[in-house]
Amino acid sequence: MNYGVVSQEQLEKIDEILSEQLIKIGVDCVIIIDMAGNIITAKDNGTSKYDVYSFAALAAGNFATVDAMAKLVGEQEFSLLFHKGTDCNIHFSKIDEELLLITMFGKHISLGFLRLNVVKALEQIRKLWAGK
Amino acid sequence: MSFINLREKIVQVKVVYYGPGRGGKTSNLEYINRKFSKQIQSEMVSLKTHGDRTLFFDFLPFDMGKIKGYELKIQLYTVPGQVKYNATRKLVLKGVDGLVFVADAQEAMREKNIRSLNQLHENLKGYKESIFKIPLVMQYNKVDLRNQGIPVLPTAVLEKDLNSKLKVPSFEASALTGYNVPETLKKIISSTVVSVQKKLL
Ligand SMILES: Nc1nc2c(ncn2[C@@H]2O[C@H](COP(=O)(O)OP(=O)(O)OP(=O)(O)O)[C@@H](O)[C@H]2O)c(=O)[nH]1
Ligand SMILES: [Mg+2]
Repeated sequence: MNYGVVSQEQLEKIDEILSEQLIKIGVDCVIIIDMAGNIITAKDNGTSKYDVYSFAALAAGNFATVDAMAKLVGEQEFSLLFHKGTDCNIHFSKIDEELLLITMFGKHISLGFLRLNVVKALEQIRKLWAGK
Repeated sequence: MSFINLREKIVQVKVVYYGPGRGGKTSNLEYINRKFSKQIQSEMVSLKTHGDRTLFFDFLPFDMGKIKGYELKIQLYTVPGQVKYNATRKLVLKGVDGLVFVADAQEAMREKNIRSLNQLHENLKGYKESIFKIPLVMQYNKVDLRNQGIPVLPTAVLEKDLNSKLKVPSFEASALTGYNVPETLKKIISSTVVSVQKKLL
């Protein structure tokens, strides 16, 4: 596994994708983490203040737990992992076996619209990854 | 698996405190959190039961400052030690770079230490890691109980039980008083950083 080091160029391209597809539509914060809880990159709209390191540790744990539960009931995976709050929602999606994309967004964005944009971002990131 | 961000020059390394239930893993992190507050920029996260037993993990990010131009962030985790939580222990071990095995030095805990270490060996195999290769430090915790007349195993016995094949650095310690808690931490950080450097750079 070599994903442990990501080049500056790749990171910049990923950040561009995240800005273009997600921050632009009004998402508060996007984080890419690996399944061990490390942060690959984090982007926000400039106003949100999260403790991203603790967040990444908890998010990786949360995802891993749900994934393990899926396997226990004989599912490959639960494809939608989404937490809904009053002011903040959190959406998880798997980029590949090692990476997760986590999006935090407010009530002015619908889940459907967000998912559409997440899918686009995922496609672009996977393409970038495949071409490295 | 450590992660290196070449743009922001940040290295993240995952160190897990592993060992039998009530051995003192959480207490190690609590002591570190109290004593090194300057190097800890966020709150310790503890997912625990009402009875203060670890349910999922504790998490404490520890800032080592700059080494060779890279900011080094050591992400400290504990596993839940209770026997029934092995599924969760495995999840926490995902991507581990270095381990501290916290043994409970009380005579009554002898079997439990050995069983926990054997399970660690198995759990690491599940990730294609080897207990013989991964950076590991042994800690024989609760030696302060000797002064209270509670039977504590001699270190030679603990070494024979737990460290005769592994031959890793080991410390007697007390997570209650802090005795050798920083030494354990320093040792595992230095071994882990050396191994990450070899793997990635
Ligand atoms: N005397 C003494 N007591 C200790 C020491 N370290 C921990 N304890 C006590 O042992 C009990 C369990 O400590 P924890 O740190 O919660 O143990 P743990 O390994 O995190 O336990 P789990 O989360 O269940 O796996 C607590 O009551 C601690 O105060 C020590 O060095 N000496
Ligand atoms: Mg604990």
